[in-house]
Amino acid sequence: MSSLSSITVATLTKDIRLEWRSRDAINAMLFFSLLVVVIFSFSFDPNAEESRQIAGGLIWVAFLFAAVVALNQTWARELRNQVLDAYRVSPAPATALFVAKALGNFILVSLLEALMAPLFMVFYNLRALGPAWQLIPVALLGTWALVVNGTFFAAMSLRTRSREIMLPLLLFPISIPAVQSMVEATRIILSGDGSARFWIVLLLTYDVVFTTACLALFETVLQAE
Amino acid sequence: MKRVFPIFSILTALLLVYAFYEAIWVAPRERTMGDVQRIFYYHVPSAWTAFLLFFINFVASLQYLVSAKPSTKRAANGILIAIGLVGAIAPFIPMVKQQLPSGMYPSSVATTVLAIVGLYFLIGKWFSGQALDILAVTTAEVGVVFCTVVLVTGPIWARPVWGIWWTWDIRLTTTLVLWLIYVSYLVLRRFSDSSQTPKLAAVLAIFGALDVPLVYFSIWFFRTQHPQPVIGGGGSIDPRMLHVLLINWLAFSCFAFLVCWSRYRLENLRREVEEAEAMASLHGVTQ
Repeated sequence: MSSLSSITVATLTKDIRLEWRSRDAINAMLFFSLLVVVIFSFSFDPNAEESRQIAGGLIWVAFLFAAVVALNQTWARELRNQVLDAYRVSPAPATALFVAKALGNFILVSLLEALMAPLFMVFYNLRALGPAWQLIPVALLGTWALVVNGTFFAAMSLRTRSREIMLPLLLFPISIPAVQSMVEATRIILSGDGSARFWIVLLLTYDVVFTTACLALFETVLQAE
Repeated sequence: MKRVFPIFSILTALLLVYAFYEAIWVAPRERTMGDVQRIFYYHVPSAWTAFLLFFINFVASLQYLVSAKPSTKRAANGILIAIGLVGAIAPFIPMVKQQLPSGMYPSSVATTVLAIVGLYFLIGKWFSGQALDILAVTTAEVGVVFCTVVLVTGPIWARPVWGIWWTWDIRLTTTLVLWLIYVSYLVLRRFSDSSQTPKLAAVLAIFGALDVPLVYFSIWFFRTQHPQPVIGGGGSIDPRMLHVLLINWLAFSCFAFLVCWSRYRLENLRREVEEAEAMASLHGVTQ
């Protein structure tokens, strides 16, 4: 167990250090979601009440698209110099690598959300009418739902031609229930009509089910070649 | 085997003609919807067939993944037997019995669970290794075709009856998401040309199967507009209509089986040719 956690921490620190020094992914994601915010607000031009209804959808669609940028880069780094092959022949457990990559993406996408959320609030005149603290579990669970499957499918699409386009094609259909839960929960909290509990529980279920599936099947995907 | 195929094709064709005649001329005209209701004889059998094919795809993918190692295979067999036992006994326990929705009988639940477990073991017995993967490709492709028929005939019926082409209702949305998942499954197969395609595709099929119940629950929260299932859902149907429906279902199942059969043979031959070509180039006797 200690080797599992130490390998996880080592890979995670390495990834974060690499990202901190280059800031490739985070800059691309930030600029991309900024563009989405601006383009959406030109296309809809909503008033405060309307934006409460649609903002949940806009925010999460923007983050979903931006997350794909980071997810596509996850494994690309390891392909250079055959790092992934080295990992495959080493006795290190595959799950440690997966957990580290998923956590790295989680931190990256959460950081993006923390930076972009105030901007959304300003551009769309948002003020939560429901319990605003519930947005935090929604954001954390929702982000994990996106990145856990995203990291897994990014590893899967490594073996395909044109893998950059393959990732969203695999990820989006499977993410539909998660995206719907995030959007609905956010809409309910912002507009203050009803309770978002059902959606948060559904998100939690989604996270538990797919985290288990990813951990169970990652070894198969990593060794597939 | 070679002689059975044409005989079965002819029988299926005759059955389809008979089912068409029954659906268009024999079945009574629906009182409020009129003739447009007859699309139901194509819509519902296609839906049943598509779901069955997707389910077989899931079982074949599961078998393919677990049979890679003897230890996982034993574990999976144990789990499946446990599910079968629990599913066969639990519905008859009074506490569980009360929880079942009305119209769902304990015996039918037990039979369904046992049938699913039985299908798992039958597929594991009849197919192994590459054959499981060929079965998975076949059922996914044919399933997508039938699912497309469902998604096309549905709106054609809905437009005159509901006044709208589409609504984000539980059954419609679940079917659409299922279709999307299986299209992405076929795209993955098309785009990955390594020898590990079967493994990756099987993994995706498992993810898809895990996703479907979640999609179902996420939409279950909204009001549902689709007519209740006519069989086992508390709805009622004229016995003559039911008769026509079942004949159509039989005809479409035979048709699906026939298409799957020929697709299976085709895929098998394609792989044999590929293998032979690879062997030939190894021996240096390429033309």
